[in-house]
Amino acid sequence: MAEWICRTLRDGGLEGEHAPALLIKDTIRCPLSSFVFDHVLSQLSSFILSNKSQSKGIVLVALSRSPLYYQQFLKSKGYDVVHSPCWIQVLDCYSDPLGWKSKLVESGGILNRDPGSSVTTSLCKNVRDLDNLFSSIIEIGKELAGDGKGRFVVAIDSVSEMLRHTTVSSVAALLSNLRSHDQVSCLFWLLHSDLHETRATAALEYMSSMQASVEPMALPADGQIGNSMNLSLMEQNFRRGKFCVRVKRRNGRVKMMFEELCVEISGIRFAPVSSEDNVIAQSLVPKVQFNLQLSEKELNDRAKVVLPFEHQDNGKTTQIYDGRKSLIEGETEIHEKVNSSGKGEIIYFRDSDDEMPDSDEDPDDDLDI
Amino acid sequence: MSLNLLDEALDGGGGGGGGGRVILIEDCVETSGAFVVHHLLKRSLSNPHSSDVVVFLSFANPFSHYERILRKMGCNLVIQRDNKRLLFFDMLMLKRDKGKKGEDLLLALYGEVQKAVEVLSREGIQHITVIIDDISLMEVDANGSSNLVLDFLHYCHTLTAQFGCSLITLNHEDVYSTVDRPALLLQSEYLADVVIKAEPLATGLAADVHGQLTVVNKGLRLDGSGNSSSRIHNFHFKIKETSVDYFYPGSQLK
Repeated sequence: MAEWICRTLRDGGLEGEHAPALLIKDTIRCPLSSFVFDHVLSQLSSFILSNKSQSKGIVLVALSRSPLYYQQFLKSKGYDVVHSPCWIQVLDCYSDPLGWKSKLVESGGILNRDPGSSVTTSLCKNVRDLDNLFSSIIEIGKELAGDGKGRFVVAIDSVSEMLRHTTVSSVAALLSNLRSHDQVSCLFWLLHSDLHETRATAALEYMSSMQASVEPMALPADGQIGNSMNLSLMEQNFRRGKFCVRVKRRNGRVKMMFEELCVEISGIRFAPVSSEDNVIAQSLVPKVQFNLQLSEKELNDRAKVVLPFEHQDNGKTTQIYDGRKSLIEGETEIHEKVNSSGKGEIIYFRDSDDEMPDSDEDPDDDLDI
Repeated sequence: MSLNLLDEALDGGGGGGGGGRVILIEDCVETSGAFVVHHLLKRSLSNPHSSDVVVFLSFANPFSHYERILRKMGCNLVIQRDNKRLLFFDMLMLKRDKGKKGEDLLLALYGEVQKAVEVLSREGIQHITVIIDDISLMEVDANGSSNLVLDFLHYCHTLTAQFGCSLITLNHEDVYSTVDRPALLLQSEYLADVVIKAEPLATGLAADVHGQLTVVNKGLRLDGSGNSSSRIHNFHFKIKETSVDYFYPGSQLK
């Protein structure tokens, strides 16, 4: 399914349609969305490098992680970011988002040092000015895609940082402008949804055609950290999560899909939701000294017990307690039975015809105790 | 220096010497996390790599306060300061001198920090640790604007990327307990590689245990060993006059 998302982004939008947009979100309980972002970035890179993609390059708007990080990440994935013809350009909004450093350089307080990344092209010194940011993105993208109808991908890490500096409406305007731009093939962005109001998250979800959210597999029962079960649950949530994807089709149909996501040293792994859940659940059951499982003999014995339901009767007449006489009859029967078979048995007399056969309603319901 | 449980928890998940880590300490009124700050300060200064330098931004206490505590722990801050291994910014003093507030104050402060870090890294100092004690008091200096504090933290974060500095911050969890979405707290948790929480025991007060620490190691990339080492550590502590005992719940104190 994660592959399916990457393929959809790879294929881009049709002529005269908005570009497909992917929103990746998470919360602090299971903060794995940056791994998903990296995964999508690396997949799209490989598609572009093998010329399978509609787009020619990627414009990465880095707000929360440094360009150096991306350079090292792409290098670790085996892409040569230094020598190969440039397919990725980072718009650096991380190093100096508010222009503090340039102010300090001007006043002679600090030196101007290059961050030393080979993929960076331009530095954005005021992220509050989203119009300027938009034109920078398009400018860089046009350089990447070449003239004419070449297209490019826009990746934003993360929109949460943007929302901190500006308003929801201006961020929504930026995303909308990017989606509707002719040369944008697709775009995807990261969001930490618990940092924002619900309406902000919802507004950004409307802007996207696909939403991928990383959710914890299981939540601790209460806020307490202390007990060991909650600790192991928390630990699980830092490694794996539920990957939920909501896709909006063009005709308006909304589809939900689930997958399991697991973060490993080598990268991220997706797997269909499986019975592995149960394995985890079982391993999470606190180890007790009681035996909670039944042996085979115990299971067989349990299956043999005949419960006092009338429908299990073997052809005997149903007795209804309606006075002394029948009770005496019943009593004699019991004595005979016990004497003859030597086995235990559950005997039940229906109280009266008012009660439905085999009903499980409380016979003492009407008592005021 | 012998390793205790806290050191093990910090080194276990993210390659101790790697640097460039962001550590967030969260405490509450019942259980102060100040001792963790003292421990990390001492740890940074008494590292075998004798060139490590600490840049300390104190919004909470004057120099003499830390000096007295660290002396009992066996670390002389005056000597470290004279050897230029501790750069102490007393914000209580600085504010009074410069008369600045809000963005101007934090911008000027950031300028000082980056200048210090630049000078140190030009001198070939490998590892610089920036410690901020504490964030909620910085918010007070920023006229209550948590956004401004986050801007400052972001700029400090760029230092970790550019110069490989470590960043250690202390914040109080219960200051934000009535806020529906404590953006400052959550954002700094997102920023951190390691979160250390100091909390009282769930079962209430105890004579032999002063509280519990939970260390959450989010870092994954530096863990090159390939085995899945535990990333969450939880243990109890008892603060003594000159040191702190760390032990697993239920284990005997020595």
